[in-house]
Amino acid sequence: MTQLALVIDLNVCVGCQACVTNCKEWNTSGDAGPMVDQNPYGKDPTGTFFNRVQTFEVGEFPNTETIHFPKSCLHCEDPPCVPVCPTGASYKRKEDGIVLVDYDKCIGCKYCSWACPYGVREFDESQKVMKKCTLCVDRIYDPNMTEEERRPACVRACPTSARLYGDIHDPESEVSHAIREAGGYQLMPEWGTSPANHYLPRRKTKLRLRHDEIERADNPLKIDGLLPKPSKSEPSLDDVTSW
Amino acid sequence: MQASPAPAPVTEIKNTTCYMCACRCGVRVHLRDGQVRYIDGNPNHPLNKGVICAKGSSGIMKQYSPARLTRPLRRKAGAERGLGEFEPISWEEAFTILSERLAKIRATDPKKFALFTGRDQMQALTGLFARQFGTPNYAAHGGFCSVNMAAGMIYTIGGSFWEFGGPDLDRSKLFVMIGTAEDHHSNPLKMALGKFKRDGGRFISINPVRTGYSAIADEWVPIRPGTDGALLLAIIHEIIALGLYDRDFLVKYSNSGQLINVNEDSDEFGMFLRTEVPEEEACYDPQDKLWWDRNTDKAVVTHQAGADPYLFGEFTLRDGTPVKPAFQLLKERVENYTADWAAGITGIPADTIRRLAREMGVTARDQRIELPINWTDSWGNEHDTVTGNPVSFHAMRGLAAHSNGFQTIRALAILMSLLGTIDRPGGFRHKVPFPRPIPPCARTPNTPLAVKPNHPLDGLALGWPSDPDDLFVDEQGQPVRIDKGFSWEYPLSVHGLMHNVITNAWRGDPYSIDTLLIFMANMSWNSTMNAVEVRKMLNDKGEDGEYKIPFLVVCDAFQSEMTAFADLVLPDTTYLERHDVMSILDRPISEFDGPVDSVRIPVVPPTGECKPFQEVLIEIGARLKLPVFVNKDGSRKYRDYPDFIVNYETEPGSGIGFLAGWRGKGGEKMLRGEPNPNQWEMYAKNDCVFHYELPKSYQYMRNWNKGYLEWSQRNRVTRYAEPILIHIYSEVLQKFRTAAQGKGPTRKPPEHLKKRIETYFDPLPFYYETLESQASDKHKYPLCAVTQRPMAMYHSWDSQNAWLRQIHTHNYLYVNTHTARVAGIADGDWIWVESQWGKVRCMAKHSEAVEPGTVWTWNAIGKAAGAWNLTPDANESQRGFLLNHVISEELPASVDKAGPGKLSNSDPITGQAAWYDVRVRIYKAEAGEPEQTSPQFETMKPYPGQPERKSVWNFFAGKNK
Repeated sequence: MTQLALVIDLNVCVGCQACVTNCKEWNTSGDAGPMVDQNPYGKDPTGTFFNRVQTFEVGEFPNTETIHFPKSCLHCEDPPCVPVCPTGASYKRKEDGIVLVDYDKCIGCKYCSWACPYGVREFDESQKVMKKCTLCVDRIYDPNMTEEERRPACVRACPTSARLYGDIHDPESEVSHAIREAGGYQLMPEWGTSPANHYLPRRKTKLRLRHDEIERADNPLKIDGLLPKPSKSEPSLDDVTSW
Repeated sequence: MQASPAPAPVTEIKNTTCYMCACRCGVRVHLRDGQVRYIDGNPNHPLNKGVICAKGSSGIMKQYSPARLTRPLRRKAGAERGLGEFEPISWEEAFTILSERLAKIRATDPKKFALFTGRDQMQALTGLFARQFGTPNYAAHGGFCSVNMAAGMIYTIGGSFWEFGGPDLDRSKLFVMIGTAEDHHSNPLKMALGKFKRDGGRFISINPVRTGYSAIADEWVPIRPGTDGALLLAIIHEIIALGLYDRDFLVKYSNSGQLINVNEDSDEFGMFLRTEVPEEEACYDPQDKLWWDRNTDKAVVTHQAGADPYLFGEFTLRDGTPVKPAFQLLKERVENYTADWAAGITGIPADTIRRLAREMGVTARDQRIELPINWTDSWGNEHDTVTGNPVSFHAMRGLAAHSNGFQTIRALAILMSLLGTIDRPGGFRHKVPFPRPIPPCARTPNTPLAVKPNHPLDGLALGWPSDPDDLFVDEQGQPVRIDKGFSWEYPLSVHGLMHNVITNAWRGDPYSIDTLLIFMANMSWNSTMNAVEVRKMLNDKGEDGEYKIPFLVVCDAFQSEMTAFADLVLPDTTYLERHDVMSILDRPISEFDGPVDSVRIPVVPPTGECKPFQEVLIEIGARLKLPVFVNKDGSRKYRDYPDFIVNYETEPGSGIGFLAGWRGKGGEKMLRGEPNPNQWEMYAKNDCVFHYELPKSYQYMRNWNKGYLEWSQRNRVTRYAEPILIHIYSEVLQKFRTAAQGKGPTRKPPEHLKKRIETYFDPLPFYYETLESQASDKHKYPLCAVTQRPMAMYHSWDSQNAWLRQIHTHNYLYVNTHTARVAGIADGDWIWVESQWGKVRCMAKHSEAVEPGTVWTWNAIGKAAGAWNLTPDANESQRGFLLNHVISEELPASVDKAGPGKLSNSDPITGQAAWYDVRVRIYKAEAGEPEQTSPQFETMKPYPGQPERKSVWNFFAGKNK
């Protein structure tokens, strides 16, 4: 059974927010739109975004890591937002595992957003319905698009290719490889939600410098006479001892 | 979720070039019923290969922003400047007002007209207009952006970062990013970084702050602002001491082995020994210098077959002249620049500095790349391979925006050269039209006689001085330009000093002007230092009741803070509404593998009465009968901007124009060829971009690559095909120092500037404390304050963008947690940040990602109340702040013992604005103070013609026009 998902590589995410606004511009005029912006030019503007990047610090100076953490609906395999929905508006698709909201059935009771442990549901204050990442379901099956285009907007936009997309149930998919090989993990697995989206952790590249590899026999200082051989006429043990 | 049933909308996709920042990615604009529905990256574009950033993805909200200006506006009679009291006028009225005024100026004293522009990527046209007008007073924003990065590197290796060249991360193994703002270079650097990290490259970031790109570095090395020069010199010290320099590279491709006269009594002291007097005065480096040959133990002409120079030692010529190789002088220079010395200055442990040097040197040496590419060097030697030492660097404003930036950047370029990484795989690579001769050939006039009524300027307004005789000064050594560019105060100010134009014009020093035309620059706000006082200057009147700057014209697409001060506002189009060129005559978007230029083609019609600034210039040019814009009979020559782009040639029949692609009658030529009437169509058919990939053998070692240099010469990219040797030792700088010492044949500086010139024009890089720091009480002002540019906003452009402003609605001052606690400041407290020049009230945020002696904030998020058509209570003006209020545009000249007056707060060599030199203290705001940023200004009101500001927006393209 297919389970589509995003795998987000924190090792290369620079927090540029491309995925955030590209998602917004695709989806506000797409099947899931519009996505409201309240006070767009006033005090405390706030709008619906399906995807947000949080930036936070870990550790104390100077051993500080700055983490950019993109977050959107994780399309849980066992989504807690679905059973709590009184109208059946919140549902998980059998064919590809995408979790969606049927706006026509949604009564805006917000049970689902209380149930979601990840805080990724976005209530549209204008339409009074719950919205969230659709994995660009209106792109990925569009026969008018090329194969390259039939991917979520955030994945296509990402300048560092930090966002991978595919079927995590297919062991040979790019995302399954990435999860296996780069230590992909789920958010809060203890909740038993089995989120489909995974994250790849930071990986450090270090250079191991051995002391005896710093200088080499062909050191140019020798050519330029800064490491000269001693003159034959300089004093040596030969002059003073006969053993 | 269900799609709502609707009649099938009309959709189409049009290609153009982004302008949400200066990267200029290829974009595809999707329209639905004529409205912009989606903007994505063009997968076929060489620059961004289909990706797009947060700004590019928010172009829709720029297009439909309520901050748009849509009608030409005139300040109401009797209304004060700054209040934004305007009345709409017609374009005809605007053109009449402007052309009548400018005609009078041109007929009397053309320098009374000054044109300064915010971004330089239309410089080829704006510069042409200014030159044709006859004024020397023209520049773009480079002087207050990153001119040190351009000048420091171009005067050393003939190229620089950003549009000019960059790190080859495809093949690099170690990448060191030092002082890089996250807007330079945006998508290409992000793409390269992502790939580099995935390929297992090692990434070290040296920066006082760990944000954006630095976040994913394998190692973050926090450094105190303005001390990068000390770090780089200490690394050079280590590299030389350990013999980790690429000797072969330095010998062949730099002036390291060239002999310098070290006889202090000689007028030639510090100059290279030459075999003969050059035949012609040309702007290349003749091959007439000497080496001391190790094989024959005598002086020989450089690059002689079989010769190999000593890099160290002191020798005596037959005539008794004592000489030393340049590299010996570099070694002597860095003798005392030890890691322990630098540790005390930079705050970086000495062991870390030594390790950084070893990592660079050993990686460069031991992970060498050999590509099987044949090439021929300038001396006719054929090579079977191209060698690469895979250590690369990227640096930008963090090094540049200091008053010691030029020499710091010289040190960086020299370090890159020592490692043998210039235009080599895995190192630094040039982009066409770079490399240029050192210095490049363009010169300003060197006399005020070049400014003549009713006559184009006799020379270029901006250039690259090679010695004091190239300075643009009068017989007394006084500046000709209003910004004092190319004067003895800032001799190598190759991008001008836009940051001093308003102050100088207000003071009438060196003279008063009549009309100041500002294009797309927020010079009363985030693009000026000392914004509070500069705003007063814009509004200040003389005893005669006239404004001290009598006429101010501002062309912009948006209601910036600067527009409020205009007498005349000209509404520009957005990038989606106009034709544009990313010209090879300007700063194209070339790739490492060859020249690239591109165009914008309108995808939507202009809003309201908006007119592209290019069309304004061509119209005014024709009305003023500037020679380039009219026929012999005085009639208008070009129908419009697209017509101008196709048909303009730099000289009649030169075949060189703004666009390099599809030249020649049928589009069969490139770079040089007759005008092609279908050139725009050919660009349109080809994703709006022209890309020529050089043969592999011309893609590397281009400073000394015979094939490339001759290709470049044949295509008129350069006049000369001489090799461009790296200037480890800068004789250009020494010529200025010599003049300051009263020696040599060139002009001499005025008495009060002699010491300054002698000090800073050191032919070898050296470290000095920044000028402001020297003039600051560091006990009173213990902290450095800097800004960073966020990746989701470009300067001040995006607060009017409904989506982007939700990411950065207001800014905090980030303070190291320990530093804040010592000052009794809790996370989120209202505080004052105060320098010797001014103070700002703002909110503090604790951070572990900033070194303890630095505070920082995001640049240009703070706005004046009501500006950009935000509501007066918007977060940007109430909680956001500008650090500019605590930065001065001038320093007392006494800092440099240069007399009583004032000097620009800039690098004394290049005039680069020293934004990051400021020192501050911070303290908690008093209980009871308003929870509002200070200073506040008169609230701006919307102007006539501005679109309505929505309070709720359910944007859905094609429905809600």
